[in-house]
Amino acid sequence: MIDYHVAASADSRYDSISESFWPPRMSITGFCEWLANTPGSIALHESLWVYPIVESVHVLTLCLFLGLTVMLDLRLLGMAFRSARVSEVTKRLLPWTTAGFVMMVASGLLLFYAIPVRTFQNIFFRLKLAMLLLAGLNVWVFHSTIYRTVAAWDLDTVPPKRARVAGGLSLALWAGIVVAGRMIAYSWFD
Amino acid sequence: MSLLPFFEFCEHSAVGEAIRTSSWLFPVIESFHLLGLVVIGGSVLVVDMRLLGLGLRGQPAAQLARDAQRWLVGSLVVMLASGVLLFTSEATKCYYHAAFWVKMTSLLLAILFTFTVRRKVAAADKPSPLLSKLVAMASVTLWSAVGIGGRWIGFS
Repeated sequence: MIDYHVAASADSRYDSISESFWPPRMSITGFCEWLANTPGSIALHESLWVYPIVESVHVLTLCLFLGLTVMLDLRLLGMAFRSARVSEVTKRLLPWTTAGFVMMVASGLLLFYAIPVRTFQNIFFRLKLAMLLLAGLNVWVFHSTIYRTVAAWDLDTVPPKRARVAGGLSLALWAGIVVAGRMIAYSWFD
Repeated sequence: MSLLPFFEFCEHSAVGEAIRTSSWLFPVIESFHLLGLVVIGGSVLVVDMRLLGLGLRGQPAAQLARDAQRWLVGSLVVMLASGVLLFTSEATKCYYHAAFWVKMTSLLLAILFTFTVRRKVAAADKPSPLLSKLVAMASVTLWSAVGIGGRWIGFS
């Protein structure tokens, strides 16, 4: 069980902790508080230019990572590039979506690092993490089941139902992730 | 003639007021704007990458451009509609923000370029590789300027 109610400023336990290089054993909230007091986090949080640039990279890399992922999902749904082999679309886009994903994760971690306590306690951040896990699970299930037989339906203009479900789930989950991500910045429930 | 009175008119219109005074309308419209960004980004990139000899190289560029066209146009419509609404709620701020003018200028150029030169080059039977690459780079540059300008309007 996570302790949500550790008061950051009132609790002197963390004053000495911030001087230690390694995070001590503690709850996730405690870890976030330790993280928030590291010099790098403070510098990023207070920076005039670096934070907005990291945020812009995070948003605009959506075009590369998610834009191309959506193109693949549309192929799985039989809604675009119907004359292309599914395996070709998957293989040729993968290096680009992977590169985009690495940039998304790196910039996302930096954004979290700049504002850890508030972000961790934000409901939209938690929803986003949950949906990210589901999206990952969806990719894993797709690749370990229906995609194994892709040779049999590679040129189908409309792929089999299980492939379409994977594409549709991906679109829905990622739309949710984008919207939840945007909502983290609004402090309705903080 | 200054455009300022028009911008002020937009901001004080019923739509502008409604979005500005609501606590949830702006974020919801913004979400549609972001989802549109994803689709327009993907449908522009998949063709520009092909023109550069990257990505879906096994497909003719003309076929990819035809397939991507309706997603490009559809997402552009979503972007323009949600963008106009977002603009209306903070038109005066936009008027004084350099990023807004950078974005509008590059948007106009990007749309003109995409539906004239790029469309012709992507549809060509035997396009010159050099021309294809130049067109793709111009397209990516123009659309990137639109995106970066748009993100920058949010920083004030």
